[in-house]
Amino acid sequence: MSSDAPALIESTTIDPASGGGSLPPPGPSLNDDLRRRLRRTEWRGHLRAYLLIAPLLIFVLVSFVLPLSTLVYKSFHDPVVPTGLPLTYKALREWGGPRDEVPTEPVYAALANDMKAAKRDGRAAEIASRLNIEASGLRTTFMRAVRRIDSVESGPWKPYFAGVDPAWESPTTWATVRNLADTNHGLFFLSALDLRKSSQGDVVRQPAEQRIYVEVFIRTIGISALVALLCMAFGFAIAYLLAHAGDRTANLLMILVLLPFWTSLLVRTTAWIVLLQKEGVINSMLLGIGAISQPLPMMYNKFGVAVAMTHILLPFAILPMYSVMRQIPPSFVRAARSLGASPTTAFLRVYLPQCAPGVAAGVLLVFIIALGYYITPALVGGAGDQMISYFIADNLTRALNWGLASAMGVLVLAAVLLLYWAYDKLVGVTNMRLG
Amino acid sequence: MNHPMVQFRSVQKTYDGESLVVKDLNLDIARGEFLTLLGPSGSGKTTSLMMLAGFETATSGDILLDGRPITHIPPEKRDIGMVFQNYALFPHMTVAENVAFPLSVRGIRGAASSEKVARVLGMVGLNDYGSRRPAQLSGGQQQRVAVARALVFEPKLVLMDEPLSALDKQLREQLQYEIKRLHHELGLTIVYVTHDQSEALAMSDRIAVFYQGRVQQLADPVTLYERPANSFVAQFIGENNAIHGRVESIDGHRCRVRVDESLTVPARLVAPLAVSQPARLSIRPERVVVTPPDGSVDVSVPAQVLDVTYLGRYVRMRLSACGSEEFIVTLPNDGREFSPSCTAVQIGWRADDCLALDVL
Repeated sequence: MSSDAPALIESTTIDPASGGGSLPPPGPSLNDDLRRRLRRTEWRGHLRAYLLIAPLLIFVLVSFVLPLSTLVYKSFHDPVVPTGLPLTYKALREWGGPRDEVPTEPVYAALANDMKAAKRDGRAAEIASRLNIEASGLRTTFMRAVRRIDSVESGPWKPYFAGVDPAWESPTTWATVRNLADTNHGLFFLSALDLRKSSQGDVVRQPAEQRIYVEVFIRTIGISALVALLCMAFGFAIAYLLAHAGDRTANLLMILVLLPFWTSLLVRTTAWIVLLQKEGVINSMLLGIGAISQPLPMMYNKFGVAVAMTHILLPFAILPMYSVMRQIPPSFVRAARSLGASPTTAFLRVYLPQCAPGVAAGVLLVFIIALGYYITPALVGGAGDQMISYFIADNLTRALNWGLASAMGVLVLAAVLLLYWAYDKLVGVTNMRLG
Repeated sequence: MNHPMVQFRSVQKTYDGESLVVKDLNLDIARGEFLTLLGPSGSGKTTSLMMLAGFETATSGDILLDGRPITHIPPEKRDIGMVFQNYALFPHMTVAENVAFPLSVRGIRGAASSEKVARVLGMVGLNDYGSRRPAQLSGGQQQRVAVARALVFEPKLVLMDEPLSALDKQLREQLQYEIKRLHHELGLTIVYVTHDQSEALAMSDRIAVFYQGRVQQLADPVTLYERPANSFVAQFIGENNAIHGRVESIDGHRCRVRVDESLTVPARLVAPLAVSQPARLSIRPERVVVTPPDGSVDVSVPAQVLDVTYLGRYVRMRLSACGSEEFIVTLPNDGREFSPSCTAVQIGWRADDCLALDVL
C-alpha cells in the first residue's frame, strides 16, 4: 500500500507543460486531422472574403494598375522606329562606322527597302512623326524621301536620298536614327530632364533655349511646398480650434471645412478668379475705399495659384491634424502644467510632438495632391506658373509625345514614392492618421 | 507655520450660472494629512480638486495654499504634483524623460536630474524601466511612473484624481498600500479623489464625503463608518439596513423610535430630530445577531429567512423583518451551520448599533 502512494500522487498531479495529465497525449493523426479541418474552415472563409471583394479588386486592377503599368511601360518602350526600319538597323550594325561619318551604300539600300515596305503598310507617317520628336525637321526629310521612293526601281540609293533632301548626307541625321535603334531606351527620361543624346551618342544637356522641364519640376515642387506649408500653418490653427471648441461650434466649423468638398473644383477655382481678377471683387473694393490707386496683380501669377490651391487643399491638411488632436486627452497638457511647465512649454514639449503624425500626414497629403494639380494653376496661373501636369497634358494632347508624357508621369510618381518612403522612415506609415 | 496646508473658504463654483456644482465649501487640510474627497460622480469632488490644482477657478470664495490665496496663481506655479486617472504619461517620451520632465522645466538637468529620477523610480520599484516607453508598461506600472513623476520635484502637495480606478482589484489594493507607504515615508500631504468607499476607508486619515456640492461629513474612517452624520453617508459608506419609523421619545443621545403598533426600538440619536418626526434607523448587516443568546441584545424581533448566499469568508442572508423584504445580515463563516432559507428565526441587535438618522 505504501509503495502505491507515490504513484497515485504522480498520476493526479497536473503537469502544466502537457496541458492536463488526465487526457491522453494527442497523437499525430489527431493533430493532422485537426489541422486539416482548420485549414478547410479557414479556406472557406478566405474564399468568401475574396469573392466579396472581387468586383472591387477587378475595378482597381482595370482602372488603376493597368493604366499605371502602361504608363511606366510607355515611358521606356518605343518600338515604332526600330520595327519600322528593321533592314536599315541591320545594315547599320553590319557597317559599324563611326558616328561622325555618313553610312555606305548598303545602308541607304536597306533604308529604301524599309521605306517601300512602310509606305505599303501605311506606317511611314508614324515613323516620320517619331523621328521628328527627336529632331524637328526630320519628318519632312523622311516624308520627302518616301513620297518619291516608288519612282526609283534600283540603286545606287545614296544619290537618290541626297537628291531629295541634303539632310540625308548629314552625319547628324544618321546619328539621330542610330539613337533610336533600341525598342527600350531612356531617351524620354533624358528629354524630361532637359538632356539628350548627342550625335556622338553621349548624354548632354539640351541647348539653353530648349530647356524647360527641369525648371518646371523645380517650380512644381516649389509651389507644392509653398501650398503645403501654408496649409500646415492655417490648417493647424483651424484643426486646433475644431478639436478644442464646444461640440456645437465644432460641428458648425466642421461643416464649413467640408463645404468646399461639396462644390466642384472648377466652381471653386472660378470663384477665385471672380475675387482676384483685375476688375474683381477685392481690387474694386480696395480701389473703392482708396487703399490703392492701381489694381493689384493678384491673378495670373504665383500669388493667385498659391491662394487658390491653399484654399482648395486646406481640408486635406485639417482632417488628419484634427483627428490626431482630438485623440490627445486634455489631461496631457494639464499634467504638463501641474508639473511646472508654462502654457508655451506644455504646448511645445507635450502637445506639439503628439500632433506630429497628423501634421506630417496632412502636409504630405497636400504636397502629393499639389504635385499633380492641373486645373487651378492652368486657370489662375500665368504662363510662367504652369506645373508639370500642364506639360504632361500638353505632350499628350498637342505634341502627341506620349513617351515623354509617360516619362514625366513616372518621374512624378517616383518623387511621391520617395516622399512616402522618407515619411515612413521619419514618422512611420502606421502612425499616419487620415481622419 | 501653524496654518493648515490648504484652506477652502466659502468656495462656490458654477459652470452655467444657474446651478452650483460646489456649494459653500469650507475645508482645512493639515500638513502631512491624507485627505480623501469621496462621493458619487457629479458631487463636486473633482471640481474641488481641479480648483485646487488651478485648472478651474472658483466662482466665489478663496483657496489658500500654505496661508496664501492662490486664485491668481497659474497651475505651474502652485508647486502641486498631480496624478491623473488616465495616468497622462507623455507617450513620446521614455519613462525617465517623463519623470525628468518637471525637473527639466525647472532648469534641473544632467547628473542632478538623473540622480533624482533614479531615486524616485527606485521608490516605486521601477529602477530598470527608465528607457522604456509608457506604452510598453502595464497599467499598474504606468500609474507608478505617474506617481513618481508627481513626486520627483518634491511638491508641497500631491493631488490624485481617481488614480487607481482603471486598474483591477488586486493591483488596486497593492497600489493603495504603496501610495500609503510613500505618504508615510515621505511625509506627503495628499488630497485624493475617489468614488470607491473601500479605497477611501483603507487609505485616508480623514474623508470628506461629497454629495450635491456639499461636504456631508468630514471625519476619520472609523467615525464615518460607525457614526455617519446623516442618511446619505450611512448609505454611501458600507451597507446598512434601513427601518422607517417615527421618534417617540428622546433622552439625551438616546431615543425610542416607533416602527409599527407593536414595536418600538431604542436607538442612538445622531441627526437633530424632534419627537414625532419621521426617522430612519440604520443598522449595519454585520451587527445583527441571528438567534441571539438571552440578554446579549437590546432589541429582538422575529424574521423569516428569504435566501442565503454563501460567500466563502462570510454568509449573507436576506430576511423579511420589520416590514422590510431586504433586511440583510452578514455572518462570519465560523464553521457553524447557518439557518437555511424559509425558516423563521429571531434576530437582534444592541441599541448602540442602531442609529436614528434623518429621512432622505
